[in-house]
Amino acid sequence: MLVNNFLLLGAVLFCIGVYGVIARKNAVMVLMSIELILNSVNLNLLAFNQLWAKDNPGHVDGNTFALYIIAIAAAEVGVGLAMVLLIFRNRKSISLDELSEMKG
Amino acid sequence: MLAQNVQVAQNIGFGIIAAVMIASALKVVTSSNVVHAALALVAVLAGAAAQYLLLAAEFVAVTQILVYVGAVMVLFLFGVMLTRAKLGRDADLNNKNAKVGIPVALLMLGVMVYVLIDGWHATKLPQDGGQVELKNVSDSIFVPYLLPFWALSFVLLAAVIGAIVLARKD
Amino acid sequence: MFLAEEAGATVAAGWFLEHAWLIPVIPAVSFAIIILFGKKLPMKGAEVGIASMMAGLVLATGLTYQWIVHVRGAAEAEPVIKSWVWWQSGGMKFGLGQHIDGLAVMALLLVTFISTLVQIYSVEYVRDDRRYTHFFAAMTLFSAGMLAMVSAENMVQFILGWEIMGLCSFLLIGHWWEERANSEAALKAFLTVRVGDIGLLVGVAILFGASGTFSISGINAWAVSGQPSHSVLLWAAIALFIACIGKSGQFPLHTWLPDAMAGPTPVSSLLHSSTMVVAGVFLVARLYPVFHTGLDINVAGQQVNLIAVIGGITILIAAALAFVQNDIKKVLAYSTVSQLGYMMMGLGVGAWVPAVFHIFTHAFFKCCLFLCAGSVAHTGSHHSFDMKNDMGGLRKKMPITFGTWMVSTAALCGLPLVSGFFSKDEIIDGAKHNNYTVFFVIGLIGAFMTTAYMTRATYLTFFGKARGAAAGEHAHADDHAHAADAAPHRVEGSASDEAQRVSGQSEAEASHPRQQGFGWATESPLLIVGPLLILATLAIFSGYLNAAPFHIEKFHHWIESSIGVSLPEAAEFEWINAIPSITLVAAGFLVSLFLCRAVFGEADSKLKGLTERSRLLGAGHRFLVNKYYLDDLYEKVIVHGVAHPIAQAAYWVNQHVIDATVDAFGRGGKRTGDWVYKNIDQRVVDGAVNGTGAAARGTGGALRPIQSGKVNQYGALLFSAAAIGALVLVIVNT
Repeated sequence: MLVNNFLLLGAVLFCIGVYGVIARKNAVMVLMSIELILNSVNLNLLAFNQLWAKDNPGHVDGNTFALYIIAIAAAEVGVGLAMVLLIFRNRKSISLDELSEMKG
Repeated sequence: MLAQNVQVAQNIGFGIIAAVMIASALKVVTSSNVVHAALALVAVLAGAAAQYLLLAAEFVAVTQILVYVGAVMVLFLFGVMLTRAKLGRDADLNNKNAKVGIPVALLMLGVMVYVLIDGWHATKLPQDGGQVELKNVSDSIFVPYLLPFWALSFVLLAAVIGAIVLARKD
Repeated sequence: MFLAEEAGATVAAGWFLEHAWLIPVIPAVSFAIIILFGKKLPMKGAEVGIASMMAGLVLATGLTYQWIVHVRGAAEAEPVIKSWVWWQSGGMKFGLGQHIDGLAVMALLLVTFISTLVQIYSVEYVRDDRRYTHFFAAMTLFSAGMLAMVSAENMVQFILGWEIMGLCSFLLIGHWWEERANSEAALKAFLTVRVGDIGLLVGVAILFGASGTFSISGINAWAVSGQPSHSVLLWAAIALFIACIGKSGQFPLHTWLPDAMAGPTPVSSLLHSSTMVVAGVFLVARLYPVFHTGLDINVAGQQVNLIAVIGGITILIAAALAFVQNDIKKVLAYSTVSQLGYMMMGLGVGAWVPAVFHIFTHAFFKCCLFLCAGSVAHTGSHHSFDMKNDMGGLRKKMPITFGTWMVSTAALCGLPLVSGFFSKDEIIDGAKHNNYTVFFVIGLIGAFMTTAYMTRATYLTFFGKARGAAAGEHAHADDHAHAADAAPHRVEGSASDEAQRVSGQSEAEASHPRQQGFGWATESPLLIVGPLLILATLAIFSGYLNAAPFHIEKFHHWIESSIGVSLPEAAEFEWINAIPSITLVAAGFLVSLFLCRAVFGEADSKLKGLTERSRLLGAGHRFLVNKYYLDDLYEKVIVHGVAHPIAQAAYWVNQHVIDATVDAFGRGGKRTGDWVYKNIDQRVVDGAVNGTGAAARGTGGALRPIQSGKVNQYGALLFSAAAIGALVLVIVNT
């Protein structure tokens, strides 16, 4: 299997996630798009880990950091949703368009 | 001969899963129904777990299922319920500048695809890289990367406390 | 890597026995079909769910037949075990498979049977619901989870099924989640059960760590082998039992069960009869050697143990709570809690077969009672479950519902010669025979209370004068629907979800037959009455599979190989031993009937309003109405006592430590700044700045639209800048 299989898949997912972050109005949906981005990064880490695993037996740094990213993502979702809840409670809406108080 | 067959099977498996993942990911960012989007996200995450298996990273795949498909998705559904997002179609999920996203995403994709194909055009993954041993992962976490692990624990603790502080009612 | 067959060690034992794993697989596949294609099918997915349940039922029936033959053929009936490697990592293997023995066969038959009936009933009951397809999908997956759990070959698969059920119960209880109370009930059920689930994970981890296997037969054999140290088994048993407390609604985690009534009635019926809540009891029965050895059950001289104590407490407190409920479904919910207490107590005192038999009989009559309640609400009282205000006198109008209700009530109370008598009395008898005198007494008191509260519920629902909706006093149906439409916010209690549902189907209801007969309650349609009749028949006759008074011990014979430990012989049945309980049941009936007539009857009586007049009784009543203040305890003491201090402490750290640091930096910065201002700024820079300032203002004005405060726009800018930057790098490097 080509390593590019995984890298290109990661790139496509990343860009879809980027589109989601830009285009979505609902804050929960934006958080979901961020999950897509984080997953594509994990895909890259693991692909490179596997690519170099044979030359460096016993080194699994890619796996380690993929695990760290999963943990970070869990924390991010927790705090993110708590913030969304707070915003919802104060404004009765989680639309990001209505969140701005600036005049720009 | 046998190795050849395994290769072909792996490529086909990769292709199918990748197609499902991309289709579901597109559904996540285009669906006009929050619950459907969340379910499509489940498909993407589960597909990612399957890809991790192809990359011999079993432990990460299991963790992915447990943490993402299990815990994070439940959090998302709680979020959808508690913010009482509309159940059915909701035409208003995209913001006014949604179209800006398309060129930006396509530009990024173009740059990345060019770089990747240029850099790794025919590099193959080693066939007998072997499974990632759980023991090695734990050695890696607790010896060379112990400091990030500690930092991560603090981040998680802070996130838990922060979430409580933010979400409490008074 | 996946699903490589590992062991087919047993001799060929018949097709159904070999292929029992199909029973959970079929509903799981059907779930996927319903979710993906359900909306496009002619019956919107209901037919797939029902068909899968029927297929499961057919397989389970064949399975039961072959198991009976299998047991008859062999002196020591071997379980039929199959296992496939699902997953392996670093030499550790996780399997999926089947462990088919008497206990599993009974549970498989029971679950498929009840699920089939409940799904047929649901076709009528949730007709025109806005999430009709999802309802059937969740029901089917729920059954699949339970079936996967009862046929589990190892603890990993067991946990899998257990968690699927937890998830589906959340979905089903919150089926009408737009109503705040319902989504809160769903959350409460899910989170309360999760508290217990920690115990399951810890317990399985302990067992795996000590025995080195996940396999159920392996763990059971290991537990009785005498190798493991007693304390390991003790802690494993305690941890696992905490999971059972959560799942089976035992004291003190029973509070989620009555709230779970917020779901549609078929869901309550399925949850409370054969699935979900039975899972905890099933776990104890499944790993009985661990509990039996770990908690020293039946060791000579033992008077109490954890399981029996929790079971006994649950019997009494839940039965007491059932007295003060006005919602018919809540009476039944507390009754379930109390009956689960019986099962636990039975397991705790070593009466394994009667306890498992009680699972079997209880499923039929409790399912029937719930469906009766649903039938009453569906056609009799216009979607109200309030016995005091909206029911009464329905006996003549709904004769079939009334008849089936009476039969099931008799079974629940344990009147002689119906099914409950043969199981419940055997538990009580077993407690006496195994020298657990305290629990013998508790069982008798429980029987008394059961009869009393069921008499009250029956009296309020079917006798006396018709009140409220049952009498047709309710607002006109159209107004009702509109009122519910206009005011979708909270209406107290679980009547609200029914109102919610009405609002969802107000248009469809125009053609509904009961519209015309409104206020003149009639019998429910065939799809509802049919399951009732079948269940009521079984509520009488299922008991005769193991009727001690007539020396029928078929059930005992079929299932005893699942126990895994040797238990003391059951006592020889003698009618004289049954007299106390029969007397108490009769007494409970008479006392309760007298009270009901006095309190709720037409004649004026001193007893009316007694709780308002007598301070002591009033306090007791309030104590019960508030459910022993357990919810308050959890809310106020635990949530406020634990979570809030953490939050407060975090706030304090934020205010005092972090702010102080920032302040200190700020003050230092200000001093430096002052110096810079005086010496450099004023003299050197000022001149230059003034010129720049004018330029900056111009730029600022031009850039202002970019600082819009809109997150998406920032994202777009950030990512496009990154993309352009990358593009520039690529171009430069090539």
